[in-house]
Amino acid sequence: MRGTALDSLMRATRDMAAPDIDDRVGRIAADRPVGIDPYGYDPQVARYALACASWVYRYYFRAEVRGTDRVPAGRVMLVSNHSGQLPLDALVIAASMILEAEPPRLVRAMVEKWALTLPYVGELFTRCGQVLGVPENCRDLLERDEAILVFPEGVKGISKTWDQRYRLAEFGLGFMRLALETKTPIVPVAVVGAEEQYVNLHNSSTLARLFGTPVFPLIPQALVPALGWLPAPTKYHVHLGEPMHFQGDPDDEDQEIERKVWVVRTTIQSMLNRGLKDRKSIFF
Amino acid sequence: MLVTGICGRLGQRVARRLHREARVEGIDRRAFPNRPKDIVHHQLDIRRKKTRDVLRSGDFRAIVHLGILHDPRASAEEHHSWNVLAFGKLLQYVEQYDVPKLVVLSSANVYGPRPGNPQFLTEESPLLGGARFHEIRDLVEVDMLAQSFFWRNPKVETVVLRPVHILGTVHNAASNYLRREWVPTLAGFDPMIQVIHEDDVVEAILLALQPGVRGIFNLAGPGTVPLSKILGALGKPTLPVPHFLAKPVLERMWNLRLTSFPAAEIDHIQYVCMVDDRRAREQLRYAPKKSMEETLLSVQRG
Repeated sequence: MRGTALDSLMRATRDMAAPDIDDRVGRIAADRPVGIDPYGYDPQVARYALACASWVYRYYFRAEVRGTDRVPAGRVMLVSNHSGQLPLDALVIAASMILEAEPPRLVRAMVEKWALTLPYVGELFTRCGQVLGVPENCRDLLERDEAILVFPEGVKGISKTWDQRYRLAEFGLGFMRLALETKTPIVPVAVVGAEEQYVNLHNSSTLARLFGTPVFPLIPQALVPALGWLPAPTKYHVHLGEPMHFQGDPDDEDQEIERKVWVVRTTIQSMLNRGLKDRKSIFF
Repeated sequence: MLVTGICGRLGQRVARRLHREARVEGIDRRAFPNRPKDIVHHQLDIRRKKTRDVLRSGDFRAIVHLGILHDPRASAEEHHSWNVLAFGKLLQYVEQYDVPKLVVLSSANVYGPRPGNPQFLTEESPLLGGARFHEIRDLVEVDMLAQSFFWRNPKVETVVLRPVHILGTVHNAASNYLRREWVPTLAGFDPMIQVIHEDDVVEAILLALQPGVRGIFNLAGPGTVPLSKILGALGKPTLPVPHFLAKPVLERMWNLRLTSFPAAEIDHIQYVCMVDDRRAREQLRYAPKKSMEETLLSVQRG
């Protein structure tokens, strides 16, 4: 292999790869063809990425995850609220499914197109099994009985301003049509703790246009030298709910689909509300 | 059978496979060195009136159209008149002289490598290859002409083949890129890539010539592999270049005639452009015979 930055990252984290992580990534690979899969998932890279992720998961965010045993085997769609300005919620959910679920599962998050145009970032995402979020990819992966992670709020969700925290934005309808079409159970996921990692005061459309990014949040803590760029070490509470099964015509009118989406959305919202009520502190 | 562009490396291979089983004639303005005795070669420009005479008197069972001009140095007019106008004329003759079969070799490049591409493009995906670079528009137009001909003339069995990067002795951009001493790549980009051996393309053309076969078919090779692994397998030293520099620098070099790669090719080492070839596997019964390793190493013979 050539000497890319990814390789140096792998070398740097080699010592961090604890034996249990090797074992868990190995067990994901057990039912897959050897080597890099057609979507670019590379177990060799993934185990080092997971070694880093598990540190963030265990010690930085001290994630507390309940309900990984509720995720059914075979094709499944995890539908979660999206928050936190950076997609660390995806990292925590994906890490939990490898570190805590039995057997460990690779969850493929649906990535925004823009992220794949970024050098290194796009490459790392792809090598860790994340794929571009277009219906064709979802359908293909579900037909291969994989687990995918969807954020129907999209960019609107992750870039919520402080006043909108834990209030779900509008859901897209595409995920429901795909679930109906492929007869995939939906597992609702609520992530509590990610909203407070960055305080977003305002989304500047001018700066977003200037830098060519989908959004440009104004985050005061980023002004703190060096450390301000890091997310605040809030405690993550992730709750995976009971699988939901929907039936119907995937090509139904929007209204009909919206009704089903509403069921998922209210389920996640009430899971969020409960999680917020049970939480004693943002950091503990 | 009539093969246009017979003197290209791929055309010669097709002709050598076909001439044992059928009468083969070729049209190409280039000469055909070491031509097998039973192949009739008409050394003429496909745009000339004489092409019509060849078709009128030929009574062909099929036409394989490989005569697509890929020379990126040729002017836009030349490109357009050669690829689009000449192909339009050819389609007219096919209709006029009742040729029952037409096989057109298009390319998966017509979809174009883009960050928003699904991992596997089906035959129904839009042809966006020309959206960013006008050099490819001709090829998209040829593909579209063939498609509309397919719908307009149900009497003619039209087959459009869209293979991924063809590797081998051929002198296309992909093979030339892999033949370089040291290979420039884009820092931080390592797309998944499909390649196909030239002999597998020839096989697919033979399958397409079978009576009853019609339609548009993607052709993928033996598998998918990241660009870095391809270069690793060939033992090539790489030179990663920042992507924001690559395009302007390559454009500059192109204008100064320091490189034979137009800037449009950069997208292929940045974003995915892979196809789903299930239709070809099921309906054409196409299956690549060459392994990934053989396919990759085949560029060294060219």
